[in-house]
Amino acid sequence: MTIMTAADAGLMVCHACGLLSRPAAAAHDLTCARCGTGLHGRKQDSISRCWAFLIAAYVLYVPANVLPVMETGSLFGSQRDTIMSGVVYLWTSGSWPLALIIFIASIMVPGAKLLALTVLLISVQRRPAWRPHDLGKLYRIVELVGRWSMVDIYVAAILAALVQFQALATIKAGPGAVAFGAVVVLTMFAAESFDPRLIWDPVKEERESDD
Amino acid sequence: MTDIPKGPVTGMPKGPGLPGSADAPRDPGLSGIADAVVAPTRRRSFQLVWVIPIVAVLVGGWLAVKSVLDKGPTITITFKTAEGLEAGKTKIKYKNIDIGEVTSIGFTQDLSHVVVTAELKKGAEPHLVEDVRFWIVKPRITGGQVSGIGTLFSGSYIEFDRGKSTTRRKDFEGVEVAPIVTGDVQGRQFVIQGKDLGSHDPGTPVFFRRIQVGKVATSELNQDGTGVTIKIFVESPYDKFVNPNTRFWDVGGIDITADSAGVKINTESLLSIMLGGIAFGTPADSPDAQPAEENTVFSLFADRALAMKRPDREVVPFSVVFMESLRGLSAGAPVEFQGIPLGEVKSISAEYDMEGGVFRFPIELVLYPDRVAKMFKPGAKRARDAGLTMPQIFDHLIERGLRARLKTGNLLTGQMFVALEMVPDADKAKADWTKTPPELPTTPGGLQQLQHVLASFAKKLDTMPVDKIGLELRQALQSMNKMLQSTDLLVRRLDNELAPKARETLEESRKAMQAAERTLAADAPLQQDAREALRQLGRASQSLRLLADYIERHPEALIQGKKSGRQ
Repeated sequence: MTIMTAADAGLMVCHACGLLSRPAAAAHDLTCARCGTGLHGRKQDSISRCWAFLIAAYVLYVPANVLPVMETGSLFGSQRDTIMSGVVYLWTSGSWPLALIIFIASIMVPGAKLLALTVLLISVQRRPAWRPHDLGKLYRIVELVGRWSMVDIYVAAILAALVQFQALATIKAGPGAVAFGAVVVLTMFAAESFDPRLIWDPVKEERESDD
Repeated sequence: MTDIPKGPVTGMPKGPGLPGSADAPRDPGLSGIADAVVAPTRRRSFQLVWVIPIVAVLVGGWLAVKSVLDKGPTITITFKTAEGLEAGKTKIKYKNIDIGEVTSIGFTQDLSHVVVTAELKKGAEPHLVEDVRFWIVKPRITGGQVSGIGTLFSGSYIEFDRGKSTTRRKDFEGVEVAPIVTGDVQGRQFVIQGKDLGSHDPGTPVFFRRIQVGKVATSELNQDGTGVTIKIFVESPYDKFVNPNTRFWDVGGIDITADSAGVKINTESLLSIMLGGIAFGTPADSPDAQPAEENTVFSLFADRALAMKRPDREVVPFSVVFMESLRGLSAGAPVEFQGIPLGEVKSISAEYDMEGGVFRFPIELVLYPDRVAKMFKPGAKRARDAGLTMPQIFDHLIERGLRARLKTGNLLTGQMFVALEMVPDADKAKADWTKTPPELPTTPGGLQQLQHVLASFAKKLDTMPVDKIGLELRQALQSMNKMLQSTDLLVRRLDNELAPKARETLEESRKAMQAAERTLAADAPLQQDAREALRQLGRASQSLRLLADYIERHPEALIQGKKSGRQ
């Protein structure tokens, strides 16, 4: 079975309004006839952008986990907690489910996302058409799970806004929260800038070469 | 279809025979598809997206470098117990500002102590010198103050106190008890030697003119157990009032003294009543001196009066022996010379005189002749200046009647003192210089003397021959009775024989008196005659005066006679 793609037909889809266009002969600097958005056969600089976001996310992943995300100050002293120390505290105090949720949402998922995106990028660049179905599934998971990593940030942000009783108790977002938020946003950008069609482009080629 | 782009596609598929090219044969099914508009845009040679990882690397790198640079020194502190400490939580504070955090807690090799490893903030190294102190802050309630209450809620923390040494080190021994005086308080420490601790626990106040100017820092028993060494800290600027002449005394509680001078109640302040304390002051007449050096040693006096006493340079011991009751006399009682405190009683002892069969009470005194010497007016004649030695002076005085005598100082309390007095009519006595200490002669005290007089009177009364006196008295009375009887007879006879004659005589004399009265009455002839005679005599004398006048003026008249017409 042959799958006909727009690229096969020599057409392009506008990323903004979805209008299918026929590229002009010049083949450079095309814009959508309807909305004026630049036209590209595939997402522009998809892989290099993705790498850029991914590297930035990797870099910030370290401070996100090392620096405190929340600074709790109260009458009885002050405390600075990193994500991991919070998980450890919950675990040792017996709240295993909560500890697990936070560990998965805040440490495992962002880490896994970074790894998944890395795998996607490398496999697209180095090993064309390597297990495209699995890669496609991976991409879907990355897309889906992206925003849920922000749970920690939400908690910190809400507490910081609510708990402000000056001397009695204050909660401030620590520098780790910024880094953590940046990691999540950057991975979302990276996932966004990755063009999943790149997974499939070589597949057709192979399939056709099989013919 | 070999013209399909291969590999990663980052832009629009390119190449010869591109399906999207204008000259490509149009698929009849796609005839309605709009043509893309060619609109030249500026191509960036550099993809802006790479700024993000660069920024991230810069931020991350900066954080990493900062954390390495900010890493302060790691130190270990040894404590007896880690009570209230928690790795990763407990802070190290100086002036209530975090300067570090406990990273781990372990044991020493022999399990006798805990070793607290802590990481301090950067910049702490220069302050980590030998004599810095670390202690665990816990709630502490002492008599005078309450501290560390905050740690009830927040948990303990380790307090740091800076040191003055310059030798650096990294391993410290924690102080178990929070030091009273921290290094940031300006002032000086002094050492005080006392007989016992009294109420001078660390933290008790030190007063100067009843102002609290410092605290007792430490107090400990001397190595040899002979006393206690109390270290006090006097805060600046009050420390300059401590000079080598300064005296320190105990002001703990209420000081009530009842002696021959009366009852005195002394206290420094309400705080010192509860806590005790040490006060200091400098005698007014002491020479001006520089403030005392740090750690100067002073001794602690029991009270202000003792502390402020003039130092007596010349101490002369004496002994006196009293035979009378010593009730009310105690060691420390004053010795006064004509009311001037001159010394004090050192000890009282007793001995039995086998020969006399009486108890003797030798009392040792010390005299400070200086005190009297100081009272001499400058320029006044002093025995000492004449080159007399102490024994000579005393011998001289004793010859003039100097005696020791017990006197009651306070009628209320019955306290006695030894008075040295000049007794003018004292028996001859001499000081016994052969004894050590030399013995001064005594004379019985006022009451004792009165007793002596009464006793001797009674003795004399006792020896009187009262019986004989009585007999003689009776005889005398009998003879007197007889005499009275004979007198009575005589009187009666007189009455009978003499009285009538006497009456006659009286009658006669009355008559004579009447006659005389008549004769001397105003209208009596004798009176008139006498008056006339006197008048005649006056006239005669007047004539005589005229004559005398005339003769004086005309003495020739005596010869020539009176000339007529001439006066």
